[in-house]
Amino acid sequence: MLYALKIATRYLTANKAQTALLVSGVAVGVFIFIFMSALIGGLAEFILSRTVGDISHITIEAETADPALLISPAGHVLVVAERGRARTATLADAATWLPLIEGVPGVRAVSPQITGAGFLARGAQVAQVSVTGVEPGRESAILDLAGYMVAGDVRLGAGLIVLGRDLADDLNLSIGQTLRLQSANGVTAALTLSGIFKTGNGSMDSARAFVSLSTARPLYAMPQGVTRIEIKLDDLNAADATALRIRALTGLDAVPWTDGAEQLMEALNAQAQTGYFLKTFALITIVIGVASALLLSTYRRRPEIGIMRAMGAGRGFVIFVFVTQGALIGLMGGIMGAALGYLALLPFPSRDAFEPGTLPMDITQGSYGLAITLTVIGAILASILPARSAARVDPVTAIGQ
Amino acid sequence: MSALLEVHELFKTYGTGEAATRVLRGLSLCLEAGEMAALLGASGSGKSTLLTILGTLMKPTSGSYEMLGQDMIAADDKALTDFRNAHIGFVFQFHNLLPDFTALENVIFPTAVREGRETPAARARGRDLLSRMGLADRIEFPSANLSGGQKQRVAVARALMNSPELVLADEPTGNLDRDSANQVMDLMGQINREEGTTFLISTHDEKIAGFCRRQIIVGDGGVTG
Repeated sequence: MLYALKIATRYLTANKAQTALLVSGVAVGVFIFIFMSALIGGLAEFILSRTVGDISHITIEAETADPALLISPAGHVLVVAERGRARTATLADAATWLPLIEGVPGVRAVSPQITGAGFLARGAQVAQVSVTGVEPGRESAILDLAGYMVAGDVRLGAGLIVLGRDLADDLNLSIGQTLRLQSANGVTAALTLSGIFKTGNGSMDSARAFVSLSTARPLYAMPQGVTRIEIKLDDLNAADATALRIRALTGLDAVPWTDGAEQLMEALNAQAQTGYFLKTFALITIVIGVASALLLSTYRRRPEIGIMRAMGAGRGFVIFVFVTQGALIGLMGGIMGAALGYLALLPFPSRDAFEPGTLPMDITQGSYGLAITLTVIGAILASILPARSAARVDPVTAIGQ
Repeated sequence: MSALLEVHELFKTYGTGEAATRVLRGLSLCLEAGEMAALLGASGSGKSTLLTILGTLMKPTSGSYEMLGQDMIAADDKALTDFRNAHIGFVFQFHNLLPDFTALENVIFPTAVREGRETPAARARGRDLLSRMGLADRIEFPSANLSGGQKQRVAVARALMNSPELVLADEPTGNLDRDSANQVMDLMGQINREEGTTFLISTHDEKIAGFCRRQIIVGDGGVTG
């Protein structure tokens, strides 16, 4: 159908102004499609990175052992509880599981931790803190602690502690100063402030302390094992599947971040739906524009269509000519709109450098190929009605016009 | 000579009920291969309707029509389209060229649409036909820029492109001055003599009919002479 392609091209080039206007209209629709894709996608990335970017994507926590139950001969149930200090639940075999978990596809980092509550004291000033003991070298495995450091060094070692900016300010602490940390177990340690971080998260900056695992062990009476294992994934959307895999592999209770984040997921889904609607409307606009323009062209060229039919052009040939016009308009408009969309998105900061006050556009989520493909398909579908109308032209009537 | 086409008892009625207009009323006609015939008659006598039916662009209300031994009434749209492309050429009163194409592109259209592309052979034949029409210097001209007479000669060349057995011309000189009309008729007569192509030319101009060896007069819905 090379010849039909020639006719279609000739028809489009015969009236350059009209074709340019039509292609521009399609390009605007594609531009909106791409802009919305980049905005909705960027916004979702932005929200996710701000909400779950610094948290564990999968968490394994030690399960607290239930008290033993005894049934007395009289039929009473007796609960056997240990008197005295509560014991912290432990993942005693963590060292065994870590290599296995690290080998699971999609796992970017694994951080075994000892967590607990404590009091931080310097002189007469005391503050309640949440203490996290992490392995030296894995300080930034989950939370990008290194990226948030505002003073000192993130590297943790024996006798060192890293605090949030607000907490350090509350206690009038500066790098190198010594302070006391008393754990909930009643063990006290003298620690040196080696680093200060600021995440922008109030609760994190005012009540969180990081120490090394070796420092945390005596504080929480855990000579071995850990209280939790935090896991970071390459793709946070794969958390559910990866958690299932880890559960099957280790038997541990691996919990994905999406558990308990239903509201966030609903909000993101609603946002995505809104995006689909807007993109669909853009496509519908393209289809209507192409269909109406081609219908007009069909009407204007009725005598020519009649002549072609009289000269032996079949209905299929006529349909092909008009569908090809639609496809060419869609292709040209699609490419032009995609190029314009890409150029318009270039000035926006990259997804890793979103700044407050700017639109969180993600140029990589412009769906350029999809936009062009859908536009061509839409334009072809839009041209079918005019093409069929053209093929039904009665040569006798048309030639007589 | 052998019969190129034969129609028998053709009826054609436009509209229905009280608005029905019966144009052809039992018209019968036989056209021999190689004839050059004029179709004469007053306006509204049914000349154009007959040409349209003979050109397979329209079917009669009833009657039979055979051309080259094939039943043109029973054939479907696809078969008629292919038949038309191969065996029938048209020349219309208002030339009806494709305005966005050159003279050569217009001439080779019937072949290109059959072949699916413009072959070198088609282009060569198109050039030859245009040269025979005296348009060697207008081959690549946009058809919209040609004069009325030139356009009509391009239309004649286009009608001859696929070497059809029959050329139907509906008032081919009706829109031309006398010189241009004579030129077009001379060309058609030359093709008829040299290639044996059958021409059926509708006209109400006695002088134009004089170029033809046979005159068929249509009136009252049938052939009257």
